[in-house]
Amino acid sequence: MAKLKYERPVIKKLNAGLMNKFGTRTEFEPVKHIDGVAVKSLIEKYGSPVFVISERQMRRNYQNAVRSFKTRYPKVQFAWSYKTNYINAVCNVFHQEGSWGEVVSGFEYNKALRNGVPGNKIIFNGPDKSEQDLRDAIKNDSLIHIDHFDELYSLISLCETINAKPRVAIRVNMDTGIYPMWDRFGFNYENGSAWNAIQKIIGSGKLRLVGLHSHIGTFMLAPSAYSVAASKLCDLMWHCKNQHNLQLQYIDLGGGFPSQNTLKGSYLPGTDTVPSIDEFAEAITTTILNFGFKTEELPLLILETGRALIDDAGYLLGSVLANKRLADGRRATIMDFGVNIMFTSFWYDHKISPAQDFTHHTEDQVVYGPLCMNIDCIRESVSLPLLNRGDHVVVHKVGAYNMTQWMQFIAMRPNVVMIDMEQTPHLIRRAEKLDDIVSLEEMPAYLKKIDLK
Amino acid sequence: MKLKKNIATSESGFIFNPATGDSYSANPVGSDIILLMKDNKSIAEIKKNITSKYDVDDSQFDKDYDDLLAQLRDNNLLEH
Ligand SMILES: Cc1ncc(COP(=O)(O)O)c(C=O)c1O
Repeated sequence: MAKLKYERPVIKKLNAGLMNKFGTRTEFEPVKHIDGVAVKSLIEKYGSPVFVISERQMRRNYQNAVRSFKTRYPKVQFAWSYKTNYINAVCNVFHQEGSWGEVVSGFEYNKALRNGVPGNKIIFNGPDKSEQDLRDAIKNDSLIHIDHFDELYSLISLCETINAKPRVAIRVNMDTGIYPMWDRFGFNYENGSAWNAIQKIIGSGKLRLVGLHSHIGTFMLAPSAYSVAASKLCDLMWHCKNQHNLQLQYIDLGGGFPSQNTLKGSYLPGTDTVPSIDEFAEAITTTILNFGFKTEELPLLILETGRALIDDAGYLLGSVLANKRLADGRRATIMDFGVNIMFTSFWYDHKISPAQDFTHHTEDQVVYGPLCMNIDCIRESVSLPLLNRGDHVVVHKVGAYNMTQWMQFIAMRPNVVMIDMEQTPHLIRRAEKLDDIVSLEEMPAYLKKIDLK
Repeated sequence: MKLKKNIATSESGFIFNPATGDSYSANPVGSDIILLMKDNKSIAEIKKNITSKYDVDDSQFDKDYDDLLAQLRDNNLLEH
């Protein structure tokens, strides 16, 4: 007679009617497939852990976002925020869809160029552009978004030595009613330094001011903050026209729309609380349309949306290494992935689903990674079905920032796989090998020999 | 290791401690083991019973059995 499927023995106290601190259970279904490809086969072929990205979901997100804005406003352009996920295959899906590139460093800039993005469709943001970066950006007619006065002055003096008049914008920070206010990037609106920078640019005669930029924060939950930002940028644009007869071409509102992840500490899951892109689009476009521009003077609206386009297209597949009980009786599960490759577990309570069948029994538990560090905690408290050593899990909505902020700590970074529209997986970044890491190191001759015999 | 005498158990995995009023639910493997304990079966008998009924090897069972005892102890369901 076939034996019954085994599950670790557990007992669970029944506290009728009380919400416990582990929250409501959300993992009702095992996730055995991603875009039609079996989790098991992905792990067999690409190892565990492995990041998996759904091209279908990326394109769906992009097309939805474009539709939200284009059905409300005539001139819209998205620029892919490289820092959110700059694996080339990921970038090129968005570039194929029509997205420009938005970069914040020389490294990202060159990555975008190599991906084939024309220089004049790259937005160069950030406080750290080297002189070489600026020269490249000028030569390629990229849009240089100036972050501070030091950059403004060095750009002006650079342009005195070369015969070019680059296209620039300034980054503006402002009070949008959201605190803490991000005032460390760009020029402040309220205290007049943004207007001051604009006057300097126009007065220099060396730069062509073509746009205005702001990025008011990330994971913004209030569409109204974008109305405020849009109206302040419109106001600056209006003044450029009235006082300097300068018609600006675009307003870039940056990124910041939330994904449907659940922020740590929130009571309800993100899927229930996060506003849709439509709500942001409505807030932004009605503000610009109602500002009073003539139709032919309406600015191009640029968006640098990052996480909202990629987060839910990314999954991390992993395996259970061990189960433990902590001194206080709590259950702990140790996974083969840690905060080194899941940076976002510092911000989010990521949803974790088992990848095989389970019973209705659950346990409140802590989920740890494999690093020998106390901070390596994926979920501080979550109710999950019983998992055995070797079982697989799927972590949801990890597409944004993890594959750029991951750390090579103790172990190698894993494979990244993209499942295409025809449900075929492709390796888009291979796992690191020991040689990849040590090839960067140099050994002084006198340290080459060791003798422990 | 013995269950406290007054603990009530049912086939469906329901456990009740009349001394405290607390109730618990056990999953099927947990419930089987607890019923065997209540019948005063030896560890060897319990192990034989469970490993022949379920798809589990001896060492996994040993580890999980110890763990179940710890859970019962934490909840004051074992004799001291
Ligand atoms: C200038 C700029 N644009 C766009 C983004 C993308 O932001 P998000 O992922 O919140 O949409 C960022 C992220 O920090 C940024 O700094």
